[in-house]
Parts: sequence; C-alpha cells; structure tokens
Amino acid sequence: MPKSDSLQGSMDLLVLKILSRRPGLHGYAIMTAIQEISSDVLRAEEGSLYPALHRMEQTGWIRAKWVTKENGRRARMYELTGTGKQQLAAEEWRWHAVTSAVNRVLRMA
Amino acid sequence: MPLWNRFINVLRRRRLNREIDEELDSHLAEAAEHGRDPEEVRRAFGSRLRIGEESYDIRVLPRLDSLCADTIFGWRQLRKHRVATTAAILSLGLALGASISAFRLVDALLLRPMPVAEPERLYAMFTLGYDPGGHFRLGDSNEYPQFQIMRAAVKHDAELIAASFGERVELTYGSDQEIEKAHRQFVSGWMFDTFGMKPALGRLFSESDDDKPHAHPYAVLSYDYWTRRFGRDPKALGRSFRMGDDLYEIVGVAPQGFTGTEPGTMTDIFLPTMMYAGVTHDDWGWIRTFVYMRPGGSVSVVRDHLQAVFHAVQTERAKSFVGWPRKRLENFLSQTIRVLAASGGLSDIRQQYKQPLEILAVLVGLVLLIGCVNVANLLTAQATARAREMALRVSIGAGRARLTQLVLVESAMLALLACTVGVLFAWWSAPYLVEHINPPDDPVRLVLSIDWRVIGFGLLLTIAVTFLFGLFPALRASATQPVSALKGGDDTNGRPKVMHGLIAAQVTFCCVVIFLAGLLLKSSDRLENQPIGFSSERLLALDVETKPSQRADFWNQVAEHLRELPGVEQVAIAGWPLLSGFGANGFVSVNGVTGSDSLAYFLDISPGWLEAMKLRLLDGRDFRPDDVYPGVAIVNEAFAKEYFGNANPLGRRFARGTTPLEVVGLVSNARYRNMREQITPTAYIPFRPDHDQPIDSAVLMIRTVGENPLAMAGLLRREVPRARSEFRVSNIRTQVEINRSQTIRERLLATLALFFAVVALLLAGIGIYGVLDYSVLQRRREIGIRIAVGATAGRVASTVASGFFSMVVGGAAVGAGLGMAAGHSADALLYEVKPSDTGILLGALFTILVIGAMAAIAPVARAVRIDPMAVLKVE
Repeated sequence: MPKSDSLQGSMDLLVLKILSRRPGLHGYAIMTAIQEISSDVLRAEEGSLYPALHRMEQTGWIRAKWVTKENGRRARMYELTGTGKQQLAAEEWRWHAVTSAVNRVLRMA
Repeated sequence: MPLWNRFINVLRRRRLNREIDEELDSHLAEAAEHGRDPEEVRRAFGSRLRIGEESYDIRVLPRLDSLCADTIFGWRQLRKHRVATTAAILSLGLALGASISAFRLVDALLLRPMPVAEPERLYAMFTLGYDPGGHFRLGDSNEYPQFQIMRAAVKHDAELIAASFGERVELTYGSDQEIEKAHRQFVSGWMFDTFGMKPALGRLFSESDDDKPHAHPYAVLSYDYWTRRFGRDPKALGRSFRMGDDLYEIVGVAPQGFTGTEPGTMTDIFLPTMMYAGVTHDDWGWIRTFVYMRPGGSVSVVRDHLQAVFHAVQTERAKSFVGWPRKRLENFLSQTIRVLAASGGLSDIRQQYKQPLEILAVLVGLVLLIGCVNVANLLTAQATARAREMALRVSIGAGRARLTQLVLVESAMLALLACTVGVLFAWWSAPYLVEHINPPDDPVRLVLSIDWRVIGFGLLLTIAVTFLFGLFPALRASATQPVSALKGGDDTNGRPKVMHGLIAAQVTFCCVVIFLAGLLLKSSDRLENQPIGFSSERLLALDVETKPSQRADFWNQVAEHLRELPGVEQVAIAGWPLLSGFGANGFVSVNGVTGSDSLAYFLDISPGWLEAMKLRLLDGRDFRPDDVYPGVAIVNEAFAKEYFGNANPLGRRFARGTTPLEVVGLVSNARYRNMREQITPTAYIPFRPDHDQPIDSAVLMIRTVGENPLAMAGLLRREVPRARSEFRVSNIRTQVEINRSQTIRERLLATLALFFAVVALLLAGIGIYGVLDYSVLQRRREIGIRIAVGATAGRVASTVASGFFSMVVGGAAVGAGLGMAAGHSADALLYEVKPSDTGILLGALFTILVIGAMAAIAPVARAVRIDPMAVLKVE
C-alpha cells in the first residue's frame, strides 16, 4: 500500500485532535504523532505543515509559545485555544458526517 | 484580533522572519536527533525559502507589507539623493503653498457659501442699465420703499431680505471719550429666521423688530465681535451702546461663522433696517436685496414680478425729474432686473478683487507648473539612473504592478513632504497677504481657516502632480527590457531630451510670470506717482461732527482757533477730502443748454482751501467769507474747457441742474474722486449755504509745519471741542494715507506678482541647475575622454552648455509671445502701460537669461574640472 502523501484536506482536523489530547507539542512532534498513531499510513508533508500551523495560529485556533528544551534549543510549542476546541468539534462532526455518508454509499451501491 | 495581529506583524517583520527561521531550524535539528538523514529531510522539506515566505505571508498583510517595504526603500532613495530631494520638495512645497494661499484668499472672497440653510435657494437682485455716470453696469443698490413694494409682490414665491452695505462707524459703551469703531449692518428683522439661524446667545431679530421706523433700537452682535470685545461674556446681553443719536440694547449673539452678507467685511453689529433713516426715502439707494426662494418657487417668475413692480415704481419716480436730458431719462427707465445666485453673499471687495484674483490664479498656476517641472525632472533623472535596478527587478520576476507601486510610493512620499511644506507656507502667507490689502487702521478681516476644502484642494493638487510625474517614469521603468537595460541601456539617451524640453517649458512659464509682474509693477508705480494736482505732504484731514448742527460761522471759528495753534500752517473746511472716493456730481447747463452727457463734480470749500491744498489760482479770486451757495463758483481748467471752450470763463454763468452759479475763479486741475479716472470737470462752491442752514459734518484740512502731520493728531483732537463744545473729531487721516488707499488694489497685486516672480525665478534657477548638473554627471565619461584627448576648457563648456542654452533661449522666446498675449487679458488692470511694453519684455528676457547663466556656472565649472583619469578609472 502506497503511503498517502496528502492528508486530503484533513490536516487541520488531525493537528487539532492531536493537540487536544496532548497540548504543548512542537511541529516535528505533531508530525511524528500523526505518523505513529496512524501506523505510518498518514504522513504530513513536512513542507506544508508549518504554513498550516501558522495559518491556524493566525486564525486563532491554536496558540504558540517558545519553550527552551533540556538540550538548550528553543522550540515552538502549540496548544489549542477555546475557538480551536469549537473548531475541532465542528470538524469532527463534519468528518463523521462525510465518512458515514461515504460508507453508506459504499454499502448500498 | 487576527487582522490587527497581522498589521502589527508588518511592523515587526524582522523578528517575525527570525522566528520562522528558528522554528524551521528546530524542525531540522529535531529530525537529526531522531536519526534521520539530513539530506533526506531536506528533500522531504522542499524549498525552505518558499515555506518561509508562505508562512510569512500568512502572518502579515502582504499588500501592506510590500507597501511598507517600498516606503522604507523609497525613503532610502530620497535620502540618497538628498540635495535633489530637498530641491524637489522645496520647489513643489513653495509652489503648492503659493497656490493654497491663493486658494484661501479666493475661497474666502469668492467661493465660501454663507452659513445659511440651503444656500442654493439664495439669490440677489440687481439692476442692469446705465448708471447716472453713463456707464452700463450691474447695479446692486436699492431703495427701501421700493423694496417693501417688491417684497409684497413676490411673497408667495420668495422672501426678500434687505441688508445695508457694511459700514465702519463709531459707537460708545460709555462716555464720548471712549469712542470705538465697529462694522455695522442693517438687516431685515426676518433675515435670521429665513436663513434658518439659531442664536448663540439671547435672541435674534424677528419680523416684529423691523416693522416701524425707528421703533426697535436693538442690536445683535456677531459671534466674532462678541468674542473679541466681550470675551464671550454672557453679561454682554442687556448692555447698551450709543451710535449716532440712538441708544441700542444688545439682545443676542448671531451664530458662529455668520459674518454678515458681505465677504471681506466682518459685520460686528446687526441692527434692524427700520432703525436707518433711509427706510422712508425713495431716492436713497442703501440696501442690497437678497431673494430667498420658497420651495417650488420659480426664479424667472419672481424676476418677472420684480421687473413689473420696478418699472412701475421707476415710471412714477421719473415724473418728478425736471430738466433731465431725454437720453438720460430713457436710460433711467430702461433698466432691467436681474436675479443672480448669491450663495456666497455679495460685496464690493468681491467685485473689486475678482479680476486681480483671476490674474493671481494664473500666476500661481504658472508657478505651480514651474515647481512641477522641477519634480518631473528629478523623477525622470532618477528613473534613468535606476534603469538597471528596474531591469534587475524585472528579471527576477517583479510584475508591472509591483514596480509601478514602488515608484508611486516614492512620489507619494515626495508629494506628502511637499504638501506639508506647502500647508505651512500657506498658513503663514495668506494672513500676511490679507493684512496688506487695507490700511492698518481698518483691516480687511476674512475667515481664513484652513478647513477641509483647503486641505482637499492641496491634496488633490498633490495627488495630481504625483500621479502625473510619478506614473510616467514608473510605467516606463516597468516596460524596461531587462536584457537591454542590463547591457547598458539603449533608451537612456531619450531622457535628457525630455528634461531639456521640460526646462524650455519652465523658462517659458517663468518668462510669462516675470513679464506680467513687470507690467503690474510698472502700472502700480505709474498710478501712484502720477501728478494729482495738489500737494499731499504735511496735510491732515479731520472728520468733524457737531451736535446739534452748527452754522458756518461757528465752523469758521473752529478753523480760526486751530489756525492759531503752533505748528499749523493753514486750515480750511471742505465737504470731504479729495481722492477719498466720495463725490457729488450733477448736470451742467450753460444758457439752458446741456453741453454734454458727462457729469461735472462739485465740492463745497471754505475760503483758504485752495491755498491749503496748494491749488494754483489761475485767474479771478478765491471765495470770500460772505460768499454763499448758490451764487458763485470756482471752476477748474477741465470745466472751463468742457463748458466754455476757449473763452474766458470768468463772469460766465452756468446751472447745476436748475441752480444758477457764476464763475468767479479759475484753478488748476486736481484729481477729485480717484486715481484712475480722467481729470473731471470740477466746480468748487462756497461752504456756506445761502440761508445759513446749519451743517452737521465736514472735514477740516490742516497743513502742518512739521514733516510728520500725525504728531499733531492728539492736540487737534483735544483743541476742536475746546474751540466750541458742540464740535467733535471723529476720525483723523493723512492725505497721503487717503491717496494710498486709492491704489491699494494695484499695490497688493503688484507686490504679489513680484513675490511670485521671485519664487518662479528661484524655482527655474533650481531646475536649470539640477538638469545641467545631472547631464554633466551622465556625460562625465564622454567629457573625460574629450579632456583626455585635449579639449580646451572653453570647448568643454560649450559642449555642455550649448544645446542647453538654445533651450533656454527658445523657451524665453515662446514665453515672450505668451506673456504679451497674457498681458492683453490683464489690460483692464493696467494703468498707462501697454501690454506689449518692450522695455519690460526685454527686462524679463534679460532676467531669465541672467538666472539661467548663474544657475549654469557651477555645473559647467564642474564639467571643466573633471579629472579624466579618475572618471576613466571608475568605468
């Protein structure tokens, strides 16, 4: 099975969901989390992750702060905001609606 | 607040970029820690620059950000060319300032609407026809009884409002020792209501304040006067003042911004029209008539009604005119009514200054053009110098819109700075000019606020100028073919031609300005220094009033008393001073035959007046104390020539209207009413009336011994009431001051024109210097080579300057032609100066050539001093 390079528009949902479970992740950790949880099926394209994060930050769904790690390097940690939580609920609902609709089509057709 | 956030991010762009970089770095480091191959990670990551830019654009407002970048870059560009930038800003600033200043004046006099509700409904009534002097003109004075009939006739379509001409009068809030002056205007009681005005304090007049003659002695103050005189003290209400014989009570303050119906004079005190004696006289023209249309009323219907009433009234009046020439009677009856829009109010100042202000506008426009040429040259030079930079930008993918934006931002910054300079300049210069319109003791006061319209005018001008000269080079630059420009450019040769053409245009405009200024200066000089026929030096005019009116004998006693004072050479009495603008005229008939249509002027004088004024008695005698009017007269040469031809006028008889007079003396000509008229036939008549009727006001003419006549003013003011207690001095002026006020308009215009000429020369000098300097800079390699192969200094200088000077000469020639054409349109303002005066023309050409030469010295010297080694090494 070929790796799915694109998350087909669900990048926002995945990032928001992961951050809702584990607040305070930096970009690389978010990327590896998506990869690990999906057992390597889903993979965030490294290049488009940061623009996506910045866009969500700008929209106000997530916020970021700089944290100095043990090795002395600074990392930018992201967490969910209140509006982010609402957005996550909305996206989850839409995802379920879409997938169940798709499943129905697959069953009935 | 994401938008606000993005806006803030524009301002902290450097930090933002650093953060994005750091975050991407940390990603790569993290990947390395997880043991991934750096090469593989970088490949997976894609273009780091692109990600960085994408992130950056998400977090800022890209348009604003590029604008910001352009602004910073533009600012650096402007600072890099500091001298040229300063020159451009000052050029444009001066020119803009001059035009804003002129606009403020024109605006205050001509454009600003009165603060009335729906000013477009406001009209004014005029009569069109021949005035008593035989001139066809628009008359704007009306008589009150006729006004009342007319008001009733059109009351369904319009409200008529009477307003007297503004007048500066004396009044006192205390005793006679505390006389002060204020501008007063009589207005219809219903004016404030009709105009929809609310009082700032107390109440305004109503119709019932203005229904019976002399019944309602109330006054409304203007807001400005209330502020100046009472410091906005509410206690001013209820105070009273005496003006003439009447005691007025202050009942209210008019709304702020309403300064009466005559722009140029700020009315201080409004009184009901019925308080003026003229309301019952059908032959006193003392009001202007305003027409405020009712909703749905038709102007032409109103005009027709007014015309019908007017004609009926005039026909009735004409029945009482006996001995009028037929032509004149016809003229009187053929006058027609005009109703014209008057949203800005009416005034003599407005009419008097209309043409000069138009000339001024032309001058200002030209100066503005000259300023713009400088800026255009600067921007063109910069565009040339930056062709390579532009080419580089195009080759790395900058779009046309982006390049245009870059250049437009730069020119907008230039314009903004220039506009600031301009507004400051206008803020200073407009009040300065107004101060010089009238004599210091009776200043013209105008509302000269820098309001939104003035700022709007300045901004509009600025934007237009920027757009004109910023956009053209910008479009040119964005059309640059990168390859050709990077190779060294092929179209840069075209630009010096454009710049030289602009210089020629500049010289042309400058020439026109100087020529016009020269004409106006010479005209003003001619007017002021022409012979007036009498001596103004050491001469004082004392306006004297009495209460009650006094017989001529008592007037003579006062004159006699003053004559005894040390320092007084001669004292005489007259109706009014010469050249004061006042005049009494009448038709003269000899043996019952009216000689001509022109009128003769009359002035009542006491014995000794001829001597005091230093008029030469050519024949006959001066008046004696017992001469009375009607009876005898002394005539001037113009009078004798007009009515008696070459015959000796002594002993001849003539009639003023129906009053018979006998000539007992012949005097030299003197100017009577103003400086511009031809010397008029004038007859002097005795001051003393035949039945010794009392006289309530006259002027005492005093020739002093000392050079400064005003030094006597205090003493004379005190001595007049001491001679007889009924007499009082109401005003003291020197004859020189009276004469000067005759030519104030010409002097103002000439001063302004001179000012603009100097500005224009300065700007042209800067422009010529800038362009020549630039072309030397551009050609330094060529010049270096010429010098290296042995060209002499003279040869180099002529290489640099020849093409350029032909431009200046060509521009000057065109300017001379245009100047003469412009001079013709200013003909009416010129006095004894031909619009094609060759002396002035040559002077203008000479001046511009001298300035051109002076401006060229430095660049040419620099060209000559070019060190070929240094230049060639750089290349």
